[in-house]
Amino acid sequence: MGAGAGGAAVRWLPLEAKGAKGENGMVGWLAGTLMAVSLAVAVWFLLLSRWDKSIQAVHLLAMAIVELGLVGQAVVATVQLAGGHDPAERATFIGYLAASLILLPIGAFLAVGERSKWGTVAAAVTSLAVPVMILRMLELWSPTGA
Amino acid sequence: MDRRRGAEPRRELASGPGRALVAVYAIFTLAAGARSGVQLATRFDEAPVAYLLSALAAAIYLLATVALWSSRRAVAYGAIGVELAGVLAIGLFSLLDPAAFPDATVWSGFGSGYGYIPLVLPVLGLLWLRRQPHRTP
Repeated sequence: MGAGAGGAAVRWLPLEAKGAKGENGMVGWLAGTLMAVSLAVAVWFLLLSRWDKSIQAVHLLAMAIVELGLVGQAVVATVQLAGGHDPAERATFIGYLAASLILLPIGAFLAVGERSKWGTVAAAVTSLAVPVMILRMLELWSPTGA
Repeated sequence: MDRRRGAEPRRELASGPGRALVAVYAIFTLAAGARSGVQLATRFDEAPVAYLLSALAAAIYLLATVALWSSRRAVAYGAIGVELAGVLAIGLFSLLDPAAFPDATVWSGFGSGYGYIPLVLPVLGLLWLRRQPHRTP
């Protein structure tokens, strides 16, 4: 029981996880990078909002790049799901996977319509939700009993 | 069908700090909606009450998001008021009788699974509705 809980904490850290080169390795690597980048974008946007800056084209470009990564992740995950990977919570995983793709478009839409620091906060909040959503997906990704 | 009717849509509840509020509400609509949709579709028999409350939470987040976005003040007050009552009631109930919530809802434990944001959010929402004055047309 105790050992299982301890193992759960590191299971999806790609470099520490056992069998990192297996099917979990690819998702783990991509997920870790996406979490780090989206977190960095969120912090960047929060700093911009502190400096009273509104969202500009370069910030939308950053969000678009993260979104591309998320689409890539969704494709990889879908392929692995189709290839027989069976997460403990398959349906919930798919729900979060779909939700993860809509977050940044919503943030960009809200930010473009509000050219003040509060639009930047809105974009930051949605960027911050991306790593949280990925964390949930990683929790759900491991097969039953693994 | 005519989308250009001259008047800009009213956005006073969704401008300024309200814009950030709409973003958080939209995220919670997504998260709660994805979760409860799956619960209802795949395991409704396991815990119908908890899953219906989960769906209710998702519906209220959606209603609050739309009401803030379209500046429907009365609807926003209603939705956010129910949201606050819901998170308090379900938070308390889930502590007193954990067995009634085998699979947590967004509001279980006062939203502890979501960093207590579900508890703080309606308070911020109500403060925002109180602070944002009516704009004379």
